[in-house]
Amino acid sequence: MHFICCIKQVPDTSKVKIDPETNTLIRSGVESIANPYDMVALEAALTLKDTCGGKLTVLSMGPPQAEQVLREAISCGADEAILLSDRAFAGADTLATSYALTRAIEKLAQKTPVDIVCCGKQAIDGDTAQVGPGIATRLGYTQFTYVTEIKEIDTVNARITVKRKVEGGSEIIRGPLPCVLTVELELAKPRRASLPRLIHSLKSEIGVWNAEAIHGDNQKLGLKGSPTWVKKIFSPPFKEGGPRFDARENPRQAVEDCLKTLLADETFAFHLLKQWGQ
Amino acid sequence: MQENYDVAIVGAGPAGISAACVLAGKGIKTIVVERGEYPGAKNISGGVLYGHDLAAIIPDFVEKKCPVERNIIESRLWFLSKSGGYSLSFRDRAFYEKQAFNAFTVGRARFDRWFAEQARAKGALVVCSTVVTDLLRDSNNRVIGVTTDRPEGDLKARVVVLADGINSPLAAKTGFRPEPKPSHIALAVKEVIELPEEIINERFNTETGHGVTIEIIGEITQGMDGIAVIYTNKNSLSVCIGANLSDFMESKVKPYEMLEEFKQHPLVAPLIKDGQAKEYMAHWIAEGGYEAIPQLCGDGYLIAGDSGMLFNALHREGSNMAMTSGRFAAETIAEALDKGDFSRKTLAGYVARLQNSYVIKDLKKYRRFNAFRLQHHELFTTLPRLGSFAAQQMLTVDGVPKKEKQKAICKKFRKEISWGSLIRLLWTGWRSVK
Repeated sequence: MHFICCIKQVPDTSKVKIDPETNTLIRSGVESIANPYDMVALEAALTLKDTCGGKLTVLSMGPPQAEQVLREAISCGADEAILLSDRAFAGADTLATSYALTRAIEKLAQKTPVDIVCCGKQAIDGDTAQVGPGIATRLGYTQFTYVTEIKEIDTVNARITVKRKVEGGSEIIRGPLPCVLTVELELAKPRRASLPRLIHSLKSEIGVWNAEAIHGDNQKLGLKGSPTWVKKIFSPPFKEGGPRFDARENPRQAVEDCLKTLLADETFAFHLLKQWGQ
Repeated sequence: MQENYDVAIVGAGPAGISAACVLAGKGIKTIVVERGEYPGAKNISGGVLYGHDLAAIIPDFVEKKCPVERNIIESRLWFLSKSGGYSLSFRDRAFYEKQAFNAFTVGRARFDRWFAEQARAKGALVVCSTVVTDLLRDSNNRVIGVTTDRPEGDLKARVVVLADGINSPLAAKTGFRPEPKPSHIALAVKEVIELPEEIINERFNTETGHGVTIEIIGEITQGMDGIAVIYTNKNSLSVCIGANLSDFMESKVKPYEMLEEFKQHPLVAPLIKDGQAKEYMAHWIAEGGYEAIPQLCGDGYLIAGDSGMLFNALHREGSNMAMTSGRFAAETIAEALDKGDFSRKTLAGYVARLQNSYVIKDLKKYRRFNAFRLQHHELFTTLPRLGSFAAQQMLTVDGVPKKEKQKAICKKFRKEISWGSLIRLLWTGWRSVK
């Protein structure tokens, strides 16, 4: 089987600060990392490859230094890596990004048909969760979003069964391959590369494809192909937490105090009664 | 899938990368194992490097865009009391003309990355985010590689260079270097304070690209044997203060409080005014000197840099010794590879090289300096106080005849420190550095 995993290099947003005056991101001195959701997608793809056999190709779009995340993927077990890098791709929003990635996947599929594309649920820098579904729609593949568990892969009938998060719970669904999975963090814990693989990744060639290589329509790529405009960035006001009860010394007292506070709030008592009523 | 290497180097700091550059330059199959996410990620040295030692490894380091912050053209020494102090400085045109880059400041996170790139370009492999947990040995107890914390993490090599710094759990674990004594270590805390380039130029009276180092002793270390430094970077200042670990243990002084107080000192505060603290860090400095140097080689291994306690505490020189010891290690290994003999006897050529160079010569010269400072805490208490008192008295214009002032100063001196002990101090001080 042929698996593809899409990985984005992102600034470590846990370290990015927002300039309170200009409302822009202060990115200087912030390290770039592989999007954590994508690393879970990679782990999912590696696990699938381990069970079904086949080939795993990793794909990224970004500046030349984004090859770092592809090397990381190779160190974990990916077989081949392609970086889409071209000035023509710059400034892409989710529409243009999913277009470029789709063209690349189509090109890869010409050589070896693709069965499963794994993506992170979203990137931690944009949080849109649109690229995965965008790829699935463009390719016409079955789409499984917010996947928390891969239940079964049936290679004979080319079907996959997954558990996914939905509003208020989860559902288990089955659908035909080829498909796109976008995954949640709880699906898997990314593995630590073995030393020989790590060394291998440092010596590996990373294929770089430009706009021409993927036969991209320039009107659909980069800034030109991006209808999204960022109008404003702002920091939402900090939400104050509720009261805290120190349970280290006297847990009983802390619970009593907590209940007292909760019950003093009429809406809480109302909700509680409503719950009991059901 | 296991590959064999000629040389495995533990640590991608100045010592390890220097060795890697020289080895890879000779076409020797070299791998460097670094625990940080990238070389320099774990590095927090004060930040002065020396052109002479770097040029021996990368002669065209300036052309190769070594990330220099400022070329040091002036050195200042301060002897401070709580409220003031003496300042002595030396600047020379030579330091930006003939001897440019004699000493220069760098940000270690950037420099180490650049330096590792040079080693990579020469063909060395640099593996990051990997911790060497132990050494591999054969039945004769010869070192034949390293074990790392990764799956399938063994790495075979004909020689291992331990260049993993002062705080090396590996050295302690393998027993190659006994855990350093508290009195052989200084604990330093450092803050990087951001300021616009022009403001730094103005405050330090320099041109763009030129910089100043200030080395400071006195009451600022609160009676402990210690030193503070201020280094100019391009658009920041490194403000660092530290003291001997055994003194910290005794005095219970909190390092960060000491740093805060130091920043308020009347000579320091105007230099860092309106600056933004960007980084804060703490590190160890190998101050044990000559007496604390462990055995630097054995069957199949060599120890370089801070890990071998190669640090000149008086002149604050460590990175140069690290680089040069790394280079010597590499040259010795190249010879050993030619011979096909990695026994301690052959690798002892490394120690001979160090002994014939300034590295061991300087450390030997100052071998009593560490003990001297630890035995004379008056250097950090009574003396700066009395010195400042004397100057302040003589410079105060208040109608009191100078003769009377002189008497008062002499009286105070006699009361607090006997002439005999002052002479002894000077004599032992001279002996410790002569």
